[in-house]
Amino acid sequence: MAYQLSHEMFDRYLAALSATHRVFAPVVKANKNKLADLDLITYDEVSGADQIIWSEKSYFSPKEIFYPIRETLFRFVGKEAFVPEVDQKPMLILLRPCDLNGIDRLDQIFFNNGVSKDFYYERRRKLVKFAVIECTEGFDSCFCVSMGTNKVDSYDMALKYSGDSITLDIKDETLVPDGYSFGANEDFELDFVKSNKTKVELPDFEGVDLNQVFGHEMWKEYTSRCIACGRCNTSCITCSCFTMQDVFTDDEKMLSERRRRWAGCHIKGFSDMAGGHSFRDKNGERMRFKLMHKVYDFNKRFDKHMCVGCGRCDDVCPEYISFSKSINKVAKIIQEVKHEK
Amino acid sequence: MKNEYLAFPFEILSIVKETEIDWTYTVKYDGPLVGGQFMQLSIPGVGEAPISISDFRDGSLDMTIRKVGRLTDAIFNLEAGDSLFMRGPYGNGFELSKYVDKHVVIIAGGTGLAPVKNVIEKLTSGEIKTNSTRALIGFKSPDDVLFEDALKRWSQDHEVTVTVDKQPDKPWNGKVGLVTEHIPTLEGYDIEKTEAIVVGPPMMMKFTTLALLKAGYLPQNITVSFERNMSCGIGKCGHCKIDETYVCLEGPVFNYTTAVKLLD
Ligand SMILES: Cc1cc2nc3c(=O)[nH]c(=O)nc-3n(C[C@H](O)[C@H](O)[C@H](O)COP(=O)(O)OP(=O)(O)OC[C@H]3O[C@@H](n4cnc5c(N)ncnc54)[C@H](O)[C@@H]3O)c2cc1C
Ligand code: SF4
Ligand code: SF4
Ligand code: FES
Repeated sequence: MAYQLSHEMFDRYLAALSATHRVFAPVVKANKNKLADLDLITYDEVSGADQIIWSEKSYFSPKEIFYPIRETLFRFVGKEAFVPEVDQKPMLILLRPCDLNGIDRLDQIFFNNGVSKDFYYERRRKLVKFAVIECTEGFDSCFCVSMGTNKVDSYDMALKYSGDSITLDIKDETLVPDGYSFGANEDFELDFVKSNKTKVELPDFEGVDLNQVFGHEMWKEYTSRCIACGRCNTSCITCSCFTMQDVFTDDEKMLSERRRRWAGCHIKGFSDMAGGHSFRDKNGERMRFKLMHKVYDFNKRFDKHMCVGCGRCDDVCPEYISFSKSINKVAKIIQEVKHEK
Repeated sequence: MKNEYLAFPFEILSIVKETEIDWTYTVKYDGPLVGGQFMQLSIPGVGEAPISISDFRDGSLDMTIRKVGRLTDAIFNLEAGDSLFMRGPYGNGFELSKYVDKHVVIIAGGTGLAPVKNVIEKLTSGEIKTNSTRALIGFKSPDDVLFEDALKRWSQDHEVTVTVDKQPDKPWNGKVGLVTEHIPTLEGYDIEKTEAIVVGPPMMMKFTTLALLKAGYLPQNITVSFERNMSCGIGKCGHCKIDETYVCLEGPVFNYTTAVKLLD
């Protein structure tokens, strides 16, 4: 059911909802931008409508709300392992269609890759509901239309923001607080971005000897430009990799923790092995690895591309490396290779 | 919801010092295993790492561990009676049924012998009845030789060639030279029908498989086992991925026809 609310009514709705849900949305944090002394748009828990940033893209994706940057898996007391509890309150995340599609990509890895489900991801993920913010314009670096991720199939709630009013379409009844009444029903149809400024042509690798792509000159440019900072990985809604880490919290009492923290294929050491052997030492090779994962390898396992075209990797790169341009370059190379045949 | 990351303590029954830096730990264990699989081995507070199961029997399994860093250093301080934490087993392991009634050649380099030790045991003991089982095993030097007793036992009824990289200073009754130099000696059987298993460091595997192909072995008859950085063992952490393949899930054992297409 859909309802049109004034700013004040929406504010009151959020206050009522916060009794049963933790609500997360893009907010502004002053002077937090590492690139310059600017404000940073990032995700945080909100209690009022004024805190929500409707008209800008968040620097970080919402994934860290339920897949934290660093997480304790166990606390060991001697030989006994204790799994820390998590807050059981359901969460509602306000996000754009690309990000909701991105979360489906995370689900594929944590639920469907291999036979085991990821316990830690699942226990938070099942508490999460999604409120899609209607997005009809996108931003300069977005290429969701090319990736087919400008639309969503389902949501728990959808929001249309129009300056002075907000229209809500609520599919999940638990998002209507007890005894709460909205007034008149509205017609509701969620609109989507139809065209982005940035467009990518997805390379068609069918019938191509991948050695010709992997060994291509184009990667050298990234070896000299990329500084392996890993920002493209940490800001990406679909990057899911992590590394385990053990620490002693108290040596004498034999207290220790096993943690995991985000890892990224651009960062040095990602593939290092005992005995000094490592793969993809050059940053250009890491760029290639990421690109192939995002727009080829993942698709072979799950029938959809991992990248959802959110454009954050382009927004955050300190070296102005454009992922969308690199995809287009590869598409061109593939055409050349096919032409030569 | 099952928490696959939970590791449990297993008692160390005995420790055999194979070399200065490679020790075999036998731990109490019950449960189905396949040679070539690995465990996620850990000590709380120190770390966790993938370690191959080098051998197993009713009630226990062996892991042969090289001291190279934080976790493995700490494991070397443990004694029989202490516990090691484990979760697993993970990975596919070797499919032994395909070696029945075949000529089989196993080529291993250094610690690469660990993941195939159980395979060689099963093939040489007759538990898996092959037409012939031969092994070609290379070590850096006589001081690096692993599983001395097993090597002796295997060579009683089977052709086992042990070679070291360079002519050693001390007496040595094995061969000298890299394993690849000894591949031409692996003749006398119908090469096109011989199965080969190759396990070792990346360079050794690369040149050994090339030498085998040159000698006439068929690509589909060659099996290899990979090592990659691994943090989870269950297809989540992403470290072991090569192209669309996850070494922890679809490997670490691969047919050469698949392995050759994996581009790092
Ligand atoms: C499938 C598989 C089977 C293995 N079997 C054996 C075995 O039977 N015996 C054995 O001794 N070793 C084996 N290894 C290697 C073993 O996992 C590493 O030696 C171990 O991770 C080193 O841990 P550490 O804490 O002692 O060293 P660290 O202090 O972590 O570091 C030493 C070096 O190892 C690298 N490294 C760290 N973590 C890993 C990791 N998870 N995988 C690979 N390298 C890593 C580091 O980058 C560093 O270069 C196997 C690895 C794999 C993937
Ligand atoms: S690769 Fe870049 S554009 Fe694609 S989902 Fe990740 S951050 Fe967004
Ligand atoms: S591509 Fe850019 S953001 Fe990514 S690691 Fe390289 S320099 Fe950092
Ligand atoms: S070891 Fe983590 S995905 Fe394979």
